[in-house]
Amino acid sequence: MEDLKDHIETHLGEAISAANIINGELTLEANREDIIKVISFLRDDPICKFSSLIDICGVDYPARARRFDVVYHMLSMAHNTRIRIKITTDEIVPVQTITSLFPNANWYEREAFDMYGILFNEHPDLRRLLTDYGFEGYPLRKDFPLSGFVEVRYDEERKSVVYEPVNLPQEYRSFDFMSPWEGAKYILPGDEKAEEG
Amino acid sequence: MIKSLGDIVMTTTEATLEGDDRNFTINFGPQHPAAHGVLRLVLELEGEIVERVDPHIGLLHRGTEKLIEHKTYLQALPYFDRLDYVAPMNQEHAFCLAIEKLLGLEVPRRAQFIRVLYSEIGRILSHMLNVTTQAMDVGALTPPVWGFEEREKLMVFYERACGSRMHAMYFRPGGVHQDLPPKLIADLLAWCDQFPQKLKDIETLLTENRIFKQRNVDIGVVSKQDCYDWGFSGVLVRGSGIPWDLRRNQPYEVYSELDFKIPLGKNGDCYDRYLCRVDEMYESVKIMRQCLEMMPEGPVMAENNKVVPPRRSEMKQSMEALIHHFKLYTEGFHVPAGEVYACVEAPKGEFGVYLVSDGSNKPYRCHIRAPGFPHLAAMDYLNKGHMLADVSAILGSLDIVFGEIDR
Repeated sequence: MEDLKDHIETHLGEAISAANIINGELTLEANREDIIKVISFLRDDPICKFSSLIDICGVDYPARARRFDVVYHMLSMAHNTRIRIKITTDEIVPVQTITSLFPNANWYEREAFDMYGILFNEHPDLRRLLTDYGFEGYPLRKDFPLSGFVEVRYDEERKSVVYEPVNLPQEYRSFDFMSPWEGAKYILPGDEKAEEG
Repeated sequence: MIKSLGDIVMTTTEATLEGDDRNFTINFGPQHPAAHGVLRLVLELEGEIVERVDPHIGLLHRGTEKLIEHKTYLQALPYFDRLDYVAPMNQEHAFCLAIEKLLGLEVPRRAQFIRVLYSEIGRILSHMLNVTTQAMDVGALTPPVWGFEEREKLMVFYERACGSRMHAMYFRPGGVHQDLPPKLIADLLAWCDQFPQKLKDIETLLTENRIFKQRNVDIGVVSKQDCYDWGFSGVLVRGSGIPWDLRRNQPYEVYSELDFKIPLGKNGDCYDRYLCRVDEMYESVKIMRQCLEMMPEGPVMAENNKVVPPRRSEMKQSMEALIHHFKLYTEGFHVPAGEVYACVEAPKGEFGVYLVSDGSNKPYRCHIRAPGFPHLAAMDYLNKGHMLADVSAILGSLDIVFGEIDR
């Protein structure tokens, strides 16, 4: 795997910013602009031969400047190796689609668009995939609430399905597991100014 | 002649071109017996020839990945039963492998055998459902009735191991939840003795059946290159003659010690996929029998108090065990930061879990790579140019379950 990593690093050079082997898995961090070049090299090079695209998914890190990771997983059946390629993007900057290289990227990219709002350039059919018809928002973003915004029910009077704002009889219980010994700061009501004084 | 149940329920919705009565747009599903769940296919037809298929999925979308991000690792585990609900434990397996990889946790040998044993039961459960419903999609009604009897017996074995017929939550990080009682092992062996004959009986209904062959041979042909391009896995790859099985190529647990064959197809059509599934069931029974015979005595959970909850009997004696129990069932265990991709050969193909941990007690991101997803994505490609009646045959041979595709 070290050899493979060196081979990729020498041939792709500037297109990748880092290559690591962690937990026995090879991860490349690529530049967003070069994604086509990276993927097509990995697919066609006889030493790499990552002929199957296993997966594309997004990951959200809201604190970062470019908040989204787009993660590609590829598999080489010929050499029995796997690889992971990561690029970063944000809500506005589109990623070049790889549907021309792998037709199954179509749905994976649609899913990433549906769940995170990651845009893909020149995608043939960038529609929502998993969410409801007419859905708004990007549910897997970290700032999207777990309960969502609307709930749906069948209204007997209007004889149709109606959408209403979510009304929870009980607040969702999100526990804080940090203990004060591990550095959690609990500010008791009324103590907000204690530090200043 | 009615070719399948599917043909009766299909309804024409609208003619797309005015004046041209040969072009139709047809809604297949979402409530359709041959759609294997809640799939809506928008079919564009030229007469009886399919020109375009647009699958609308997500009608069973439950936000599993979002929910998992808000649960501790142990609480997230049952969601995996609900993905491919036909073979629940295989899904749990992938998630457990991912957690164990991040934690660096060793699973005891007995637990590994039990995992393999129950993964193979899951494989038979799934293949049995698929083979028989594929037959039903093309018009045969007896095979499901025969096959479901065996499935019922297997689900009883699920129940006897973990207390639940379907939503098992039996595989846990570090092993399996409970040891198998000796009587169950004896009954499993007895089941293995009688099952091949039952499978042969079902084969007599289908394998050489003229109608079944007419509906499946040379339908939905998948070439080797298609398998690579579309990211196929599992039976779709093997049916096209590529010897690729994660149990053999990237062995996990004790698969490398077991003796089993990988059935391969030649033509990559629906019929070859059916044959592969049937042969895989015979092989699964062989694996089950080997597991039952080779299974050593010993613990079924790793010895790691920080991840594995203590036994009930320990808790009655030891204060420390009580504290661990409380901590593990409220806060849960912390998983070191990092990212892994773990996959298993689920009955439908490569089921993978991409897990990102930030070092807390909840997964930061858990992406589920369902095998059916790329298979269904290729529906348009596979159906183009086929007859309308072939749509349900192809769909049946892809082995689609919506729990895992919609997530």
